[in-house]
Amino acid sequence: MSDTATTMSSPAQPLRFHVEGEHHVENGTMLGFWLYLMSDCLVFACLFAAYGVLGRNYSGGPTAAQVLELPVVAINTTLLLLSSITYGFAVLEMQQNRRGPMMAWLTVTGLLGAGFIGLELTEFSHLISIGAGPQRSAFLSSFFTLVGTHGLHVTCGIIWLITLMVQVGKKGLIPANKRRLMCLSMFWHFLDVVWVGVFSFVYLMGVLP
Amino acid sequence: MLAHPDLTQLIFGRLTIDQLPLHEPIVVGTFIVVALLGLALLGAITYFRLWGYLWREWFTSIDHKKIGVMYIILSLVMLLRGFSDAIMMRAQQALSFGHSTGYLPPFHYDQVFTAHGVIMIFFVAMPMVTGIMNFVMPLQIGARDVAFPFLNNFSLWMTIAGAVLVMASLFIGEFARTGWLAYPPLSDIVSSPDAGVDYYIWALQIAGVGTLLSGVNLLTTIIKMRAPGMTLMRMPVFTWTALCTNVLIVAAFPVLTAALAMLALDRYAGTNFFTTILGGNAMMYVNLIWIWGHPEVYILVLPAFGVFSEVTATFCRKRLFGYASMVYATVVITVLSYLVWLHHFFTMGSGASVNSFFGITTMIISIPTGAKIFNWLFTMYRGRVTFEVPMMWTVAFMVTFVIGGMTGVMLAIPPADFLLHNSLFLVAHFHNVIIGGVLFGMFAAINYWFPKAFGFKLDPFWGKCAFWFWVIGFYFAFMPLYVLGFMGVTRRLSHFDDPSLQKWFVIAAFGAFLILLGILSMLMQFYVSFRNREKLRDVTGDPWGGRTLEWSTSSPPPKYNFAFTPCIHDIDAWWQMKQHHYQRPQQGFLPIHMPKNTGAGIILAGFATVFGFAMIWYMWPLAIISFAALIATAIGHTFNYNRDYYIAADEVARVEASRTELLGHV
Amino acid sequence: MKALRGLVLIAVALLAGCHTVLMSPSGDLAVQQRDLIIDSVLLMLLIIVPVMVLIFVFAWHFRASNKQADYDPDWDHSTMLELLIWSAPLLIIIALGALTWVSTHKLDPYRPLDRIAAGRPVPAGVKPLTVEVVALDWKWLFIYPEEGIATVNDLAAPVDRPIQFKITASTVMNSFFIPALAGQIYAMPNMETQLQAVMNKPGDFEGFSANYSGSGFSGMRFTFHAVSDDAFAQWVQQAKASGNALNRDAYVKLEQPSQDEPVHRYASVDAGLYQDILTNCVQPDSMSCMRNMKASDAKASDAGAVRSSNDSNAMAAMPTAHP
Repeated sequence: MSDTATTMSSPAQPLRFHVEGEHHVENGTMLGFWLYLMSDCLVFACLFAAYGVLGRNYSGGPTAAQVLELPVVAINTTLLLLSSITYGFAVLEMQQNRRGPMMAWLTVTGLLGAGFIGLELTEFSHLISIGAGPQRSAFLSSFFTLVGTHGLHVTCGIIWLITLMVQVGKKGLIPANKRRLMCLSMFWHFLDVVWVGVFSFVYLMGVLP
Repeated sequence: MLAHPDLTQLIFGRLTIDQLPLHEPIVVGTFIVVALLGLALLGAITYFRLWGYLWREWFTSIDHKKIGVMYIILSLVMLLRGFSDAIMMRAQQALSFGHSTGYLPPFHYDQVFTAHGVIMIFFVAMPMVTGIMNFVMPLQIGARDVAFPFLNNFSLWMTIAGAVLVMASLFIGEFARTGWLAYPPLSDIVSSPDAGVDYYIWALQIAGVGTLLSGVNLLTTIIKMRAPGMTLMRMPVFTWTALCTNVLIVAAFPVLTAALAMLALDRYAGTNFFTTILGGNAMMYVNLIWIWGHPEVYILVLPAFGVFSEVTATFCRKRLFGYASMVYATVVITVLSYLVWLHHFFTMGSGASVNSFFGITTMIISIPTGAKIFNWLFTMYRGRVTFEVPMMWTVAFMVTFVIGGMTGVMLAIPPADFLLHNSLFLVAHFHNVIIGGVLFGMFAAINYWFPKAFGFKLDPFWGKCAFWFWVIGFYFAFMPLYVLGFMGVTRRLSHFDDPSLQKWFVIAAFGAFLILLGILSMLMQFYVSFRNREKLRDVTGDPWGGRTLEWSTSSPPPKYNFAFTPCIHDIDAWWQMKQHHYQRPQQGFLPIHMPKNTGAGIILAGFATVFGFAMIWYMWPLAIISFAALIATAIGHTFNYNRDYYIAADEVARVEASRTELLGHV
Repeated sequence: MKALRGLVLIAVALLAGCHTVLMSPSGDLAVQQRDLIIDSVLLMLLIIVPVMVLIFVFAWHFRASNKQADYDPDWDHSTMLELLIWSAPLLIIIALGALTWVSTHKLDPYRPLDRIAAGRPVPAGVKPLTVEVVALDWKWLFIYPEEGIATVNDLAAPVDRPIQFKITASTVMNSFFIPALAGQIYAMPNMETQLQAVMNKPGDFEGFSANYSGSGFSGMRFTFHAVSDDAFAQWVQQAKASGNALNRDAYVKLEQPSQDEPVHRYASVDAGLYQDILTNCVQPDSMSCMRNMKASDAKASDAGAVRSSNDSNAMAAMPTAHP
């Protein structure tokens, strides 16, 4: 009621009830994508929770300390963190509208991501070969699911990255493509943050005494 | 699986001819009826050459209004299916006493109650609520469409894909026999090796993608696309409830996705999340599913609260009492809905302090809910109440929901819940709030906004018939269940020993029959209204004396909703415009930027359906192919940059002039 | 409050033809739970009844055709009323919340009983009767460790003696519920829940599973005989006389799914059977036996490495999802 009272109090100026001319709506893509990321974050939260509940249920199988190899994971973490930085460089170039250098940085990012996935797959196949597959115990189920879901996200990110590079190649740095690059940027950094969680929560806490 | 050289098994997985229920007369009969009706419908569409029209104007449409209508059509179709399940259960329980085992063996009865729950929640209530939000909310905030029109179409078709899978389970294989939340260990591969639980998982996962994206979409729309002047505290209450509901969707559905994904991994990959061996923990599933499940209840009921707020204010011809407290109550409920999930399993033995904590947080929700009831009450006070059909539903809601609320608080007291948990008292309680709250609200909404969507009102006579049959039928169907709950009768039983219970089940079955008449009356209402549409026609666009922006445009609204974006100065924006004798602009129109239709949504959802079906039956090659096709189509769609067009200023001028002409006749 | 409660009871009894077991229970715990239900309803009716009346009064009085009624289309706020509509439910909930906190702790099913009925504390030296309950597919197994007997779908206990139920399940989740005695509690595989209760009246009462558990669920019923001490001793003797033994083999057979199972009695029970059911160790060399897991955990950490031979065995023992 108070709103009405103040707006109605100046009868000299009649109220305008529509926008003269065109009303430009702000683009909601970044917000929408952010909301999607938050929901994705909740999926990870559930997987972390599952790991928190089941992560010590070795059921006579191997323990985290026995099978997880920190040096490999350290390299993996470095790769992924570096890829976030290189994506950042790509965005800087994008803002300068320099397509060539941007594509170069994106390529580096994609390669680092692929390296990360490669190492992760090696780790998984090693674990399965020594009988520590996801069926062995609840700990390994939750471990494989949490780490694997992250890896799946990175894979999707790489496919998306390639798609975007093709699209930038075809259409150039038009606003739509820039918006998409910014979305992927959020996605990529988000995966980095999740990985920091995985690294500390699963690997460090699991392996260090 | 590739170890088997048998080609048939490679292609068809575990789907064999035995999986078709050819030996079940009831199912075969249903199939024949459905098939004949389906063929008749398809034939009629072909005969009247409607395929092109449907494809162009509806299936590929990204217009939020048409998508909203399609959601509601889906929900009404699924309501018929879900309700047939209900009638079958009521009949079985009324017959199955002593030596008689009724006509449904447990194998069928268990599928029926599972399907009933799943369908009613996921494919009736959810699409109805989403449909109403889709149709109404952008109009209420003065927007021309939602933030992501293509995603909206895609969400609709993913929801339909889930519904198709559930329907397919009726005729190919079977549905889950686990109860609607599929608790493990009962739903794990050892106890339920059949395809039923896999139907459940894939139907919900695929529909869940649609729900989640629609939540993101509507949330972004409300945050970014409100007309100038519409601050948060000037949003219509329905839009507020839509905002809170979509926050809940975005924050709750991922939990369902994760829980079902883990269940699926247990079933498909042999992991040990919820198994009873090798360290799994089934209680974790129960916790996760209810962390989603309780907010889900509020996802459904909050928009209904919004509808009642709009309807009460309109039909009392009075401002809504206590707008601010209504908004705060909604927000408080939104937050609290995450802090109560454990009340669904007090009997798990969590300990007295944990149980009392969750019991008390549950009770606290009744404070804002009670405040809302009072607000509606005092909106009637000093109003001029006209009892049109939507208002009748609202009054019936207030009375019914108060009872449901009270029984809910009873269940929230842990020691009382130890007696009432899983009983028919519980069944009566949640039907009391879901029918009395959500469904009554959605029926009010359909009657209220139908003239906006189609330009003519619904026939009030059949509307009132439907109302009385439903309301009286509800009380006949569920009050006996409260009594049976006190008699210690538990839910999901397909047979009873004690003959003294039978009379109560017969009364309940009679109530279900009255509800059937209510549903038939509703169908009759649609038919009669369509036949008499000229007589029921509304050309003003404002048949009820509305208060919010959707009533300021024509009925049905033009594609672009508003020729000029409105400016808002008050909560009841359109009411205020009428008070100021606002004149519609007649000239100065500009071209309007609009999104283009696309078939990508329906194609993607089609691949998702095939993928889900292939996964359910272990048809691995088909699963791989359809999944690859799904991804390729999605990527291909991103190469389409030509997604919008302009409606020419002349066209806008023509549409607006024809409206002026119509208004002139009034 | 007592008088009011009585009135409500009469009303409920009339309504349901005296058959509502929840409103006329025979065990002290269930009686207290019943009283709690009635008290909370009365407390809520304080606000529900006025609201119901007001809905009809306002709807009727302010109908459009009643031109005598006040009409104030812009009246949408009153601080006094707002305070009232938030504080009235708040006060009720504060009262109800206090009631909840106290009663939940007092009636916690795990808490050893301190009385057998109102005003009758547990006599000194009375030890509760222990019954180990296993929910099987789809019947109930009751083991009496002190008496050394076991029964299927038949339960007995002396009146006025506290009973301690230890509850678990073999495969899926069930809920152990004797409405006349006390509230229900889940029976879950690999987990133990407890219920401490006492029966005050002799008679035969119905017990069943209150959590859907599969196709035989409807027939998962048993009779609970509340009897005198002598009759209980006779009942135990009856089981002893049956001559059947519940050893591990008999249990494995019994565990197989079956529906509408008749009463069985066993004269003896293998030592530690209940504990083995609880820990998945009925077949002691099974991979999923929790004792073995502990042992192999220790071994694994001694060796400091995974022994793959062990694990391939584990894989073979796994139920697999694929055909």
